[in-house]
Amino acid sequence: MKLAVCIYEGPYNHEASDSAYNFIKAAVAKGHEIRGIFFYHDGVYNVTKLMDPPQDDRHIANRWSELGATGIDIVVCIAAAKRRGIVDEVLVPNVRISGLGQLTMMAIEADRMVIFGD
Amino acid sequence: MSEESKKKIMFTVRKPPHGTIYVYEGLEVKLIMAAYDADISVVFIDDGVYALKAGQDTRELGIKGFEATYGVLVDYEIQKVYVDRQSMEERGLTEDDLLVIGEDEDTEEPIRPKMVDSSEIAAMMAEQHNILSF
Repeated sequence: MKLAVCIYEGPYNHEASDSAYNFIKAAVAKGHEIRGIFFYHDGVYNVTKLMDPPQDDRHIANRWSELGATGIDIVVCIAAAKRRGIVDEVLVPNVRISGLGQLTMMAIEADRMVIFGD
Repeated sequence: MSEESKKKIMFTVRKPPHGTIYVYEGLEVKLIMAAYDADISVVFIDDGVYALKAGQDTRELGIKGFEATYGVLVDYEIQKVYVDRQSMEERGLTEDDLLVIGEDEDTEEPIRPKMVDSSEIAAMMAEQHNILSF
């Protein structure tokens, strides 16, 4: 199945980002295709390289970046990002900023859109 | 693309309109998506029905408010706007409380969201290609 994933919540504060990550890893392991990952609302904070969590904790932004390195398209909403001070210069590699049109294409092209957040 | 082959995409709005940004940023998604070739519908359920209440004044909240944008949803080609009857009744709201989302092109009659029962919403949901919740 072709899946798209949308994440609404920021890192560490909320489980949504972790759940989405685990969901995607499991889906890929089962042979599903990930059409794209879209960060919206406070979700845009998940992929800033400015985060510096304690050594013994997971590094959420790096984890998304590694997933992006496997070829999965990871998009940060530009409108949501601009509100929150997230710009190209602070993004981890393998992630891009783009518009809501990208979310639209994911919603049209994916068999299922799965949303993580409140 | 014909109406038949367009992908059906539904938005659900279940959160109260103020207090968090979900409903406002959700509205931005609807306006963008309506410009694409998709069959868009919006359903307001639970506290989401408050977003459709006419006469909201957000000045003291220090935010712009979006009632004016809801007032022209039809102009954005978002015509399929539904509100859950049970959620309205539970909150003491009636059809008269609903804001106008546009006017009929021919008759110039005001268009309001359509009140529907949960069973109708369930039937519509079953037909959707994808559903986005805000």
